[in-house]
Amino acid sequence: MAVWEPPPIPPGGGQRGPAGGGVRIAPKDTPANVAATFPAMGARRLLVFGGIALIAGGMLFGDIFAVFVLHQNGGQTGEALLAASRAVAAQNPSGVKDAFGQIGSLLEDRGTKIDAHVHMTDAGYLALLLALVQPYVALSAERKKFLAKLFLTGGTLLPVGIFLIHYVGLAYSPFSVIGWASVLADSAGALLIIALIGQMWGLWNHFRSMRVGAVEAELPEDRSWERRALLSGGTLLVLIGFLHGAWYAGTMLYEHEARETGILETMLNSASANDMTAAGRSVADYGALQAEKAVNIAAHSHIIEFGLLAILLSFVQPYVFLGAEWKRRWVTLLLAGSVILPAFVLLELRMGLVAGGIADIGGLMVIAALIGMLVGVLRYSGRLDAGPGATA
Amino acid sequence: MSAASKLLIFGGIALAAFGMLYGLHYALFVEHQTLDGMGGSLMTAFTGAARGHMPEAHGAIAAYGATRYDYVRQVDVHSHWIGLAMLMIVLGVAMDHVALRDRFRFWIALSLLLGSVVFPLGVLLQSESQGAAWAAATTVVGAVIVTIALAAMVVGFARQSG
Repeated sequence: MAVWEPPPIPPGGGQRGPAGGGVRIAPKDTPANVAATFPAMGARRLLVFGGIALIAGGMLFGDIFAVFVLHQNGGQTGEALLAASRAVAAQNPSGVKDAFGQIGSLLEDRGTKIDAHVHMTDAGYLALLLALVQPYVALSAERKKFLAKLFLTGGTLLPVGIFLIHYVGLAYSPFSVIGWASVLADSAGALLIIALIGQMWGLWNHFRSMRVGAVEAELPEDRSWERRALLSGGTLLVLIGFLHGAWYAGTMLYEHEARETGILETMLNSASANDMTAAGRSVADYGALQAEKAVNIAAHSHIIEFGLLAILLSFVQPYVFLGAEWKRRWVTLLLAGSVILPAFVLLELRMGLVAGGIADIGGLMVIAALIGMLVGVLRYSGRLDAGPGATA
Repeated sequence: MSAASKLLIFGGIALAAFGMLYGLHYALFVEHQTLDGMGGSLMTAFTGAARGHMPEAHGAIAAYGATRYDYVRQVDVHSHWIGLAMLMIVLGVAMDHVALRDRFRFWIALSLLLGSVVFPLGVLLQSESQGAAWAAATTVVGAVIVTIALAAMVVGFARQSG
């Protein structure tokens, strides 16, 4: 395999990209040590761009799903459960099976969309994390770039494949239980695994050989307001999410579990006694319980994920080429959206769709902040690539 | 890289690998049977009721509840081990920005590692021995340790200098 070497220092103190390109001098206003950590279309730059884009794309998909699919799907699932209760009342076991078949299809529809959203954003988080550890991945620049491309290809195709599972089904599939969309998703997952194994191999090489410190320039040291706000704010979000999860598990989890079986018992008793009013009430109670569980779990997971995102984005700040005021605005918007979305998801039970709408706006605030930062990174890259003579 | 960073990064990688292996084992040998069991229990309950066999229906609902209790905790154990491991890796990279003394940072890292192992372990013990107070106590101890470590990191990140 190709081995890595410490990056050569060109005469005159300029910085050479690890890809072995020409001497790269930091443009005016760009600290040379920061520029050296962001070579043109190097692995780190690809992972930062791709990571932010995947997270923004995954969040946008999640927002669209929440507005146009989630509630409608819940309503249809309730109707199918009511149909199952009616079939019980009519002493029609085959009707029960039909209703459960419909419930299965609705759950698949909902589940694959949630999975597409989660996998896209998580691939973005992993891309940003990999961007952070690139200085310690002891592989040649070309291999690192190849692994980054492989990872981003897998991270893009995996959610696409998952999304298509419900629609493609088993059409034209030579397999009895696996459809083409699953094949696409699994292949994309394999690409991610290969890329991660490659990165781990590079890390192993680095820590096994203690010849030099980092393989390429380490991330710039910085204790700016933006970085401190994102680090402390992000960790605080994680802490709040953790405490909320502990509170939920301690006070509500067991009660929810007991209530669920109780509702199902009542539903069956009412339906078998042909009391469809009571059975309908049980179906409504069951839907309300599922909503109660869903908002608590969604709030818990979203606030922690936003916390992790804030921590990861703190390391990207030196590459955001914007005025200090705009950088602060995007950081504030991101942290505000990260609080608003989970808080109003929780309030959906009391305030209904108004809270859902505000939660969606919180999600859009995070997306806007991400895009703002991405634009800053693109401006930085453009300025860096244009060279010292470029003007802003 | 400081000792605290190394502890969090390598501890996080080890915990993530362990969590993934645990999840893989669960997915390969237990999960499908569990999901089939849950779906099958609900179907049995409703079809049993449709045939007028109410004791069978109630028994199936009880079986559904018991299987679901175990499933929720097994998935929680797997996802929390990996989630906390990811958090440890990210915080390990950021550890040098915690404006506190080295010794104190090391203790924070050690606490985070300990809590991240113990907290999901407590959830697992709750699944194995339903209703056992010592299992719940293990979970609480792990959660408190993680909470204190995270709170200390928030303070360290917010400070200008250590």
